[in-house]
Amino acid sequence: MKITVLGFGIAKDIFGSSEIHLEVNEGLNVSDLRSVLEEEYPQLNKLKSYMLAIDEEYAEDSQIINSGNEIAVIPPVSGG
Amino acid sequence: MIEVKISADELDIVSCLAISKDLESGGITSFIGSVRNHSKGKAVVRLDFECYEAMAIKEMRKIAEAAISKYAVRNIVIQHRVGTLYPGEVAVIIVVNDGHRDSVFDACRFIIDSLKQTVPIWKKEIFENGEEWVSAHP
Repeated sequence: MKITVLGFGIAKDIFGSSEIHLEVNEGLNVSDLRSVLEEEYPQLNKLKSYMLAIDEEYAEDSQIINSGNEIAVIPPVSGG
Repeated sequence: MIEVKISADELDIVSCLAISKDLESGGITSFIGSVRNHSKGKAVVRLDFECYEAMAIKEMRKIAEAAISKYAVRNIVIQHRVGTLYPGEVAVIIVVNDGHRDSVFDACRFIIDSLKQTVPIWKKEIFENGEEWVSAHP
């Protein structure tokens, strides 16, 4: 299935774009997606940490991803 | 009452106080976060703030709801600025009010501390010779 992943802050710089499109297997969970992203964009491993959000909510590693989800990489936040 | 807002325009404490005005509240606290002119020994030229707006609004609202259930305060306003900010400009305003003072001090502290941990907003510091996303790397 095709998914779109949004990148913010330094993730946008790492992607070179505010969103990327990936072809992934059905049934992929958040932890699997991390591996796919880290393989494609190894600079993600250099971050202090990062979270994934699904449909504007922080996601657990075991959460399954569907093609209609809005997925985003959330690097360490620094508002305030 | 909860009001949360992300804005590209200048933030204004007086309007935040007006939004939250409540004749039953005698204690009002505010926190204003402004842009410093230095960071880690280097002069800061400006900050660029970026946000995932839809999620940031949701997370700010969750924090306000948590503050109300934890401290039972009456009204909360949280506003965060995005875009380019120069030293001295206001990046965030929090106003909390309630009948008395104890709860509003605690709630205000809780809100700014939580905002810095969970709300998807990022700032990039621009120095005279370089730039850096804050907190991105270990």
